[in-house]
Amino acid sequence: MARFKTFKDIAKYREKLNKERDSEATAIRVCMTGCRAKGADAFSESLKAELKKRGLEKKFKVIETGCHGFCSMSPVAVVEPGNIFYGNLKPEDAEEIVEETVVNGRTVERLLFADPATQEKIVKEKEIPFYSHQKRLVLKNCGVVDPREIDDYICRGGYAAFSKALETMKPEEVVEEILKSGLRGRGGAGFPTGLKWRFANKERSDKKFLVCNADEGDPGAFMDRAVLEGDPHAVLEGMLIGAYAIGADEGYIYVRAEYPIAIAHLNIALKQMEELGLLGRNILGAKFSFDLHIKEGAGAFVCGEETALMASIEGKRGTPRVRPPFPIQSGLWGHPTCINNVETLANVAAIIENGSDWYASMGTEKSKGTKVFALAGMIRNTGLVEAPMGMTLREIIFEVGGGIPNGKKFKAALTGGPSGGCIPEQFLDLPIDYDSLAKVGAIMGSGGLIIMDESTCVVDIAKYFMTFTQSESCGKCVPCRMGTKRMLELLERITDGKGTMEDLALLEETADIVKDTSLCGLGQTAPNPVITTLKYFRDEYLAHIEQKKCPALKCKALLTYTVAEDKCKKCHKCAESCPANAISGQKKEIHKIDQAKCVKCGMCHTVCPFDAIELS
Amino acid sequence: MSTSALTEIIERYRGKPGSLIPALQKAQAEMGYLSGETLEQISTGLGIPFSRVFGVATFYSQFYLSPRGKHTIKVCVGTACHVRGAGAALQALEEKLGVKAGNPTEDLNFQLETVACLGTCFLAPAIMIDKDYYGEQTPKTVGKILKKYIGGGADAGTPDPEE
Repeated sequence: MARFKTFKDIAKYREKLNKERDSEATAIRVCMTGCRAKGADAFSESLKAELKKRGLEKKFKVIETGCHGFCSMSPVAVVEPGNIFYGNLKPEDAEEIVEETVVNGRTVERLLFADPATQEKIVKEKEIPFYSHQKRLVLKNCGVVDPREIDDYICRGGYAAFSKALETMKPEEVVEEILKSGLRGRGGAGFPTGLKWRFANKERSDKKFLVCNADEGDPGAFMDRAVLEGDPHAVLEGMLIGAYAIGADEGYIYVRAEYPIAIAHLNIALKQMEELGLLGRNILGAKFSFDLHIKEGAGAFVCGEETALMASIEGKRGTPRVRPPFPIQSGLWGHPTCINNVETLANVAAIIENGSDWYASMGTEKSKGTKVFALAGMIRNTGLVEAPMGMTLREIIFEVGGGIPNGKKFKAALTGGPSGGCIPEQFLDLPIDYDSLAKVGAIMGSGGLIIMDESTCVVDIAKYFMTFTQSESCGKCVPCRMGTKRMLELLERITDGKGTMEDLALLEETADIVKDTSLCGLGQTAPNPVITTLKYFRDEYLAHIEQKKCPALKCKALLTYTVAEDKCKKCHKCAESCPANAISGQKKEIHKIDQAKCVKCGMCHTVCPFDAIELS
Repeated sequence: MSTSALTEIIERYRGKPGSLIPALQKAQAEMGYLSGETLEQISTGLGIPFSRVFGVATFYSQFYLSPRGKHTIKVCVGTACHVRGAGAALQALEEKLGVKAGNPTEDLNFQLETVACLGTCFLAPAIMIDKDYYGEQTPKTVGKILKKYIGGGADAGTPDPEE
């Protein structure tokens, strides 16, 4: 492998690689990260074996890539040239793909994506509605390159922006370019990245740190994981540019230990950078040195908060502290420390390469560029979606996401996870950006976008998030430690049918206090799900309290269980499972539930093989 | 854990800034959990007060202070799994295994845990047993999967010699 000594070396190396590589060569890009959960590795092995059997392994390349985004079609693969998209792959499909597509140049109809409305088959990946509405900037290499090959990244223009910044720009010019682009922090709060870098650049210190926050803890969000797994060098190039801009010579990537593939790919990437001379002393012969370490988190949601994250890197309990001093002034071991999120850093190289005007031309007035969302919940096309800022929720849910499955009706979307809020139907046409979401009481958050349909109970969701924040509260400050616990108890009373109007008033009061007085972002935002569900779905809370009813039939204590006589097959399973002996009837008899004895545990409904237990 | 393995870990991290968490992670990877004795040795070895070692070990959910079941079942209770019915799958597992989440089974064959998100929302509700994912779980499907790990089934790692 080469070792870059000057600015020109990267460009020369890229030229050499591109000459060696035949861009028209046939290749199949198999997702080997998220799709592994559905057996992508077995498919890939089977494909390689089939090609080898026919002596085609040299002419036809299997590229094991990161996430393609269309997770509900998992495992997926794309054949090039032709951009043919195959989904729901099984190892036994490999033979047919090789025979038909590789050898005969035909498509395998049954593996193509079918439009759910018309059943029409769509051949090309880019023409599937899920992809055609997206703008893939951060995800441009995800699902395309082999994330374990730095050469793949360099071939596609990688490290050109870093080389350009180092050769032609002063650190302050890099800062101004990022500031002008309008890039805002993608971790959730949306602070202008350029401004943060300017503060860091101005700090006078002989030691500064740059930290990449990859502690993606929001349940239901997997954007950062996909970027780190599928295109680690995009983040690392962003870090090199950032370090140069602020004058840092050492960096950390703080990544969740729950992301083993991301950690493995980062380790490979760092080793390759060291070999090529992209890390270490006097990089590319310039007066710029940078060392980078990976720090694995140990399982604490609060460590996504920047002061807690730094405490964790220092080997302490990950509890936040009062700011100021801000990390930029006094961070890791007392040195100025700039902390940026994964997706923020993944935007940087493209801005330096194409200029701030190009970037600022995308998005809305105050939110530029794109945002990656992890679309999940009651939605047809679960997956990773990159949308230009300002796209409406309706477009994301119904065009990209394919709408709500099973003929159900949309009820609300949740953004920002446990810190966010719910957005009801009346705001479906809201152009999504930082400010419009804040206006309706939600937040952009890191990008989790969970869709709820009419079968979801909002009180149950509020209780769910409160359970999460209450158990993840670090316990340092009183409002968060006590407040989340009390709010959870109040929500439990309401979902158990014991709630009163006084409880509701107390819940609202507590929510306001916790929001206003907590030490860090975890506590300050923890009441958001309660506040927004109360704002938009107050009726549902009232139904739980006044009528002791759960309109969505989710809160067990408020349901009545009965046996539907026409569906009961007299198997006796419900009676066997009942802990209260409330079900009468022997085998070969229609069973009956004694409402006086029923403890509403829901076991009979769970075990009945014939769906004969009805809820009302 | 053999004393030499622990000594090696301590030697590797002694005097390095921010080394307590990685040292605990490596020690746990060696022996499965962190006993009081292990914590004491790390405290002495790294020259960090025991109170701080204990504080860190109990703060992070990844560290275990008691022995664990052989197969770890992680039931995802992330938002996407929650709205698609993770609660019912968890309840069924708790009843089948006779333990509440967070505990090992009596025979130490299983460890039942919940996680906030496995990041596999397209499999919702998802569970993970050791390194394998199982998607779209219902109370009916979890029982079948457990059987694979009981009495040294095909995917259950080392077969039981008694069988």
